[in-house]
Amino acid sequence: MLVTTALVFVFFVAPNDASDLGFAQRIFYFHVSIAFTAYACFAGGAWNALRHLWKRDPRADLESYVCIHQGLIFGTLVLLTGSIWAKIAWGKWWIWSEDELVLFLVLYLFYCAYFMLRFSVDDGPQRANLSAVYALFGVVLIPVSFAAIRLAKAYFHPEVFTLHGPNFGGSILVTYCIVQAAMLVLGYTLYRLELGAKLLDVRLRRLREVLA
Amino acid sequence: MSYVRDVGALARKDLLLELRARDTLPAMLLFVAAVFVVFHFALPGTPSRLETSGLLWVAILFTALLGLGRAFVPEREQRTFDGLVLAPCDRSAIWLAKSLATLAFLAAAEVVALPLYALFFHRVGGATVAAVFLADLGICGVGTFLGAMAVATRARDLLLPLLFLPLAMPIVVGAVGASVVDSPGRYLGFLALYDLLFAVVCWASFEYVVAE
Repeated sequence: MLVTTALVFVFFVAPNDASDLGFAQRIFYFHVSIAFTAYACFAGGAWNALRHLWKRDPRADLESYVCIHQGLIFGTLVLLTGSIWAKIAWGKWWIWSEDELVLFLVLYLFYCAYFMLRFSVDDGPQRANLSAVYALFGVVLIPVSFAAIRLAKAYFHPEVFTLHGPNFGGSILVTYCIVQAAMLVLGYTLYRLELGAKLLDVRLRRLREVLA
Repeated sequence: MSYVRDVGALARKDLLLELRARDTLPAMLLFVAAVFVVFHFALPGTPSRLETSGLLWVAILFTALLGLGRAFVPEREQRTFDGLVLAPCDRSAIWLAKSLATLAFLAAAEVVALPLYALFFHRVGGATVAAVFLADLGICGVGTFLGAMAVATRARDLLLPLLFLPLAMPIVVGAVGASVVDSPGRYLGFLALYDLLFAVVCWASFEYVVAE
């Protein structure tokens, strides 16, 4: 929770308004770092899924689920901040030419389906297996979809414009790094919190079964 | 060698069943024809080749979904799935055989659908046929795998489209790209890469989907 205060601190103190977009440009720090954190969550989910399938670690399934749940929460924020950014920068709430946003929409649908799958199977080894396999599919899907979206651009917009290397000034880079670190720590804290609650829930249920 | 024999036997079983019961293929054929008619009325004016190529792929994808949904449902309904899992063969052979059987149905449906498309809308080029072939491999491989997952859930085949469509997005990009651009090499290569990548993942992890 200390991290969140640090985050607010960073938001009000550090960023200097760049280019003509002024204050609104600051949302970009959050957008990018939240997106990165969401990827980290999905990767963590896939890694835990692999651990479940490989080593049969009993906690890995729950850890994988919590990771992906956090990833989905951050994914929602990515879509929201991205949409706001699109409105400010291009005047529309949604633009299809922004790779990152489109990729997140696809991933978002994919991981929503993960939850549908998970909630449609009874608790047990089968649910753990199916969820784990689907989570692994996700980590293959991310690079493939990214390549696909890039390829799709070629037939939607023949003239591909490249943004030349954004030359980060010192303070922008520092701010970005701090926001990124804060986001990662925030993600991790939320993950620990949810995992702790879930584990407690499992223990409570077991105790009740023993008592009954 | 025995692996190939197992796959052959399992695939032959499905084809024989279809030949006798005629459940899936007529439904797919009728569906794809009906979809073309709906498309005609859904598109006012004379749609360009660009638009109708997109529609062709929507039709193929949904027709495939119809067949994929049926791939494992009868096995569950008639409780032959357990027998299939207990058969003394590699579990991945089940996936491969089912994929091949579904591929045969889809290909048969397309043999009718493509000339029909040419008759109703625009002619079909060689690149489109190549894309159809490559996309079918991916659709059937991934779709059969997810079909096996979906029937293990309470929602049964309701879940399949939700699981499948986000994963099919790269196939659509590759296929539509190959159908509309002048030099389709890049898109066909992408489709082949997708097929290879997901075939390996499916083949390696099918064991976990059917294990209970």
